[in-house]
Amino acid sequence: MNKKMEFISCRDIYASTLIDLGKTNKDIVVLDADLAKSTRTLKFGKVFPDRFFDLGVAEQNMMGVAAGLAASGKTAFASSFAMFASGRAWEQIRNTIAYSNLNVKIFVTHGGISVGGDGSSHQSLEDIALMRVLPQMRVLVPLDGYETEKAVRLAAKSPGPFYIRVSREKVPQLTKKGDKFILGKSSLLHPGGDVTIIAYGLMAFEGLKAEKILAQEGISVRLINMSTIKPIDEEAILQAAEETGLIVTAEEHSIIGGLGSAVAEFLSEKNPTPVIRIGTRDRFGQSGAPRDLFAEYHLLAKDIVAAVKKGLKIKTSAKKSGVEA
Amino acid sequence: MAITEKKLKELEKKCNQIRCEVLKMLNRARSGHIGGSLSCIELIVALYYHLMRHHPKDPDWPGRDRFHLSKGHAAPTWYAVLADLGYFSKEELKSLRSLGSILQGHPDMTRTPGVEMTSGSLGQGLSVAMGMALAAKLDRKDSRIYVLLGDGEIQEGQIWEAAMSAGHYKLDNLSAFVDYNKLQIDGKLAEIIDIEPLKDKWRSFNWEVFEIDGHDIRAIVSACEKAKKVKGRPTMIIAHTVKGKGISFMEDVVDYHGVVPTDEECACALEELKDKKDKKDKD
Repeated sequence: MNKKMEFISCRDIYASTLIDLGKTNKDIVVLDADLAKSTRTLKFGKVFPDRFFDLGVAEQNMMGVAAGLAASGKTAFASSFAMFASGRAWEQIRNTIAYSNLNVKIFVTHGGISVGGDGSSHQSLEDIALMRVLPQMRVLVPLDGYETEKAVRLAAKSPGPFYIRVSREKVPQLTKKGDKFILGKSSLLHPGGDVTIIAYGLMAFEGLKAEKILAQEGISVRLINMSTIKPIDEEAILQAAEETGLIVTAEEHSIIGGLGSAVAEFLSEKNPTPVIRIGTRDRFGQSGAPRDLFAEYHLLAKDIVAAVKKGLKIKTSAKKSGVEA
Repeated sequence: MAITEKKLKELEKKCNQIRCEVLKMLNRARSGHIGGSLSCIELIVALYYHLMRHHPKDPDWPGRDRFHLSKGHAAPTWYAVLADLGYFSKEELKSLRSLGSILQGHPDMTRTPGVEMTSGSLGQGLSVAMGMALAAKLDRKDSRIYVLLGDGEIQEGQIWEAAMSAGHYKLDNLSAFVDYNKLQIDGKLAEIIDIEPLKDKWRSFNWEVFEIDGHDIRAIVSACEKAKKVKGRPTMIIAHTVKGKGISFMEDVVDYHGVVPTDEECACALEELKDKKDKKDKD
């Protein structure tokens, strides 16, 4: 990776995008639940104090208030950590926001295990599963600063509920300002033919490292950044299955219910293909430095590499036994 | 806007009519919640036929006051009132709870004209009403937001999150009611989880509190008029009611929460209501 690559805080981009949107759209309102410093919504609050509502440590109330504002013509952005927005207020999101297709955009930070020292109670490894199972909910996982800005703008102008998740950690700015960000469309981070790695967020960067390691061994990796989990890019997945015959998914989330499950669900019906899931393996998180946690929970590039090699064996033996890949 | 004797009599007649509608609807639907639908009829009638500014033919009229039924299981009452006012055809009342109906078992804003917010899962409506009240203030509208809570519903923690924050935000354009019929599904509130002292609780959260007989329309109107004059805090109107009100054999009976009248019971009940109406007409 380019050593001169900028590291960007997606949370800061969230705030700056909100402020910019707020200048021209007076119906944008922002809510938080006592985490405004961490989610950065506080910055919006400083510029537009009348349109910012910090409801304190009360996530369920926050979602209900957001719904009431949305039902009154506002575009409501509601923020907290992934754990508390998707967990504590899950039923409110389901019954009051998603069911009625309300204009509430749930933007969460601190997704995944990279939250670090706060430990398991604050590390959501289930939020993607919890949100994508809801009808009418769109789930976005922007990769970097530019994608975060585009995701927020997309959500602001598209009617209906959104769940947008970023991590606490800063990320390299990988995509370009002019790159298109389309709901339901993934982006190709690297072309290849032997295997496809589909990833999002921090794990996409591990995927980039894995690609380089595998390239040195003559293995050609297609790397896809799946920045919309719902609606997922079925076309890209199908094409990857047809053209490479092996998928490895990678996410900062349980292997149950997230991206890996979404890909496997789809391919099982359309084109049964081995899907090896990298993620937390049905374990709760714990305290630790993010890199140490990635190592402990097998979320590093070398774990992706190992999964690819394992998968290639399955692919090869399937061919040998005459089963069409 | 004090209520005239003439208007009062009209509204009392209207309540009788709505009671009949609700009985028939639930009997036909074969499922639903009769007790809690009957206990809040006077409250909803007073709001829709006297207190609130609204246009049935223009449900989204920006200048309207808004009502939200947080105790969503009383939907039949809301539907009967909305139909009577012309938000949708009275024919629709026959389809309550059936497949494809615009009248779902619990209020659904995506299907029913006049329904401001979906409900059914208890404890969420006060938060929603607060959001509406905030929006009205933001837009400098003088709309009033009304929300009706159940007494069992008060046991939900989210109610108190909303109460605390509405008090903190000084939402004086928000008036909430508790339909205090003292019964919930599993028995008397006082035996399951007592919510007393109720008045003190709301006062301590910076709400102005009124206590009334929830079946006395004059008292309902008077409390709401007083509420309009309260500045700097939201109002809570604790309405003491009787579950199953209006039908002698249903009044104050726990079992009539989630059951519907049988054909026989329905016939008896309608007879009772007809007698009451005839008596009043003679007065």
